[in-house]
Amino acid sequence: MMQPLDWSVFFNARDFLLQGFMYSLSLTAFATAVGIVLGTLLAMARLSGIQPLATIAAAYVNLFRSVPLLLVIFWFYILVPLLAGVPVGADKSAYITFAIFEAAYFCEIIRAGIQSIPKGQVAAGQAMGFNYWQNMRFVILPQAFRNVVPLLLTQVIILFQDTSLVYVVGATDLFGAASKVANRDNAPVVMYAGIAVVYLVVSFSLSRAVKALHTRIAIIR
Amino acid sequence: MGNYQWNWGILFEEVYGTGEFYYQWVLNGLGWTVAVALSAWVIALLVGSLIGTLRTLPNKWIAGLATAYVELFRNIPLIVQLFLWFFVLPELLPEAAGMWMKQQMPLPEFFTAMVGLGLFTAARVAEQVRTGILTLPRGQRYAGLALGFTLAQTYRYVLLPMAFRVIIPPLTSEFMNVFKNSAVALAIGLTELTFQMRQITGEYAPANPIEVMSIVSVIYLILAFSVNRLMAWVERKARVPGFISAGGK
Repeated sequence: MMQPLDWSVFFNARDFLLQGFMYSLSLTAFATAVGIVLGTLLAMARLSGIQPLATIAAAYVNLFRSVPLLLVIFWFYILVPLLAGVPVGADKSAYITFAIFEAAYFCEIIRAGIQSIPKGQVAAGQAMGFNYWQNMRFVILPQAFRNVVPLLLTQVIILFQDTSLVYVVGATDLFGAASKVANRDNAPVVMYAGIAVVYLVVSFSLSRAVKALHTRIAIIR
Repeated sequence: MGNYQWNWGILFEEVYGTGEFYYQWVLNGLGWTVAVALSAWVIALLVGSLIGTLRTLPNKWIAGLATAYVELFRNIPLIVQLFLWFFVLPELLPEAAGMWMKQQMPLPEFFTAMVGLGLFTAARVAEQVRTGILTLPRGQRYAGLALGFTLAQTYRYVLLPMAFRVIIPPLTSEFMNVFKNSAVALAIGLTELTFQMRQITGEYAPANPIEVMSIVSVIYLILAFSVNRLMAWVERKARVPGFISAGGK
C-alpha cells in the first residue's frame, strides 16, 4: 500500500507558491481590466452602423473564439519579441496575450448586455440631446453592465483558471511554481494535489459569491 | 522583423535529416487532435447526460452527489486535472494498478487526455442538460407520470428528448470547446496539433514561426467551423415542428 504523503514539501515551498499565486491574480486582474475596456469598444464596434468597423470587430471576436487559448499563448510568446525586437519573456508576454484574448470573450458578454437594453432607452438619450458617446456613457453602458455583472464575474473565474496555461511557456504562475517544485523535489503528488485544492477553494468560493450576487440582483429587478 | 524571411511553402519542405516533411507532422497532430476531441466528446455526452439528469432527480442525496461532481470538475483548471490523472492518480492507486498505469497502459498520453478532457467537459455538459430539463414546463413531467410512466420512463420518453433539442446551441459551443481544449493535452506529451506546431516552430524551423502558426490557426478555424455546421444540421434535423421555432438557422 502507498506511503502516507509528506506534505512538508508543499508547506516548505509556500513562499514560492504564494509568489506564483500573486502572479496568477495579477494576470487575472490585468486581463480583466484591459479586456473589459477593449471588449466594450469591440462590442460598440460590432453594434455600430459603420459596416467595415462592425465586420472587423466580428472577425476579431470570431478568430479568437475559434482557436485554443494555448495556441494564442504560443502565438504571442513567439510574436511579441519578434515585433518588439527584444526578448520580452513569458511572464510579460502573458499579460498581452490574455488581455487581447479575453477581450473577445468580454465583447460578447457586453454585447449581450447592450442588446438587452430596450430601444426606448436609446431614443430617450437622444431626446435628451446626448450624442453617441454621452448616450453610451450615461444611459446604455451603466445599465448594460449591471445586467451582465454575473456573466462577467463568471468569465473572470474561468480566466483565473485559464492563467494556469501560461505554465507551457515557462511562466511562474501558481501552477508553474508548483510544477517547478514538483520537479525539483520529485514530489508531484503533494504539489499537484495541493494546488488543485487551492484552485478548487478559490474558484468555488468565488462562484458561490457570484451566485449570491445573482440572486440579490434578481430580487431587485 | 525587417529581415524576416517569408516562406509560405515551409510545410512542404523536408525536416532536416529525418526524411519526413513538415506537413506530415501537422497532419499527424491533426489526427491526434481529432481523435482525442471526438472520443472525449463521447465520454462527455454520456457522463454529462447522466450527471445532469441526476441533478434534477427528487432524491436529495443523488442530486447532491451529482452537484459535487460538477463543482469539483468545474473549479479545477483543465491542465491541473490532466496532471492529476497522469502523475498523481498512479501514485494513489494500489501498487499493481499504479504500476500498470505507469508502465503497461497503451497510449498513456492519449487515454489520459481522453478521460481527463471527457470528464472535465462532462461537468459542463451536465449543466446544459440540467438547464434543458429545468426549462421544460412542469406539466411535461406530470403528463408523463399521469400517463402511468415510471420516473425513468418519463425521463426517457418525455423529458430528455425535448431537453436535448433545447440545448443544442450551448452543446455546439461545448463541442467546439472540446477541440480547443484538446490542445492542453500537449502538457502531458500528447503530440496533437499545437504540440506539433510548437515542435516545428521551436526546434526545427525557428525561422518561419509566423507561417506555421498561421496555417495551424487556420486548421483550428476550419475545425471550429465544421463542428458548427454539423451541429446546425443536427439542430435542423431534430427540430420539433411548431415547438422550437428559432432552431437551426
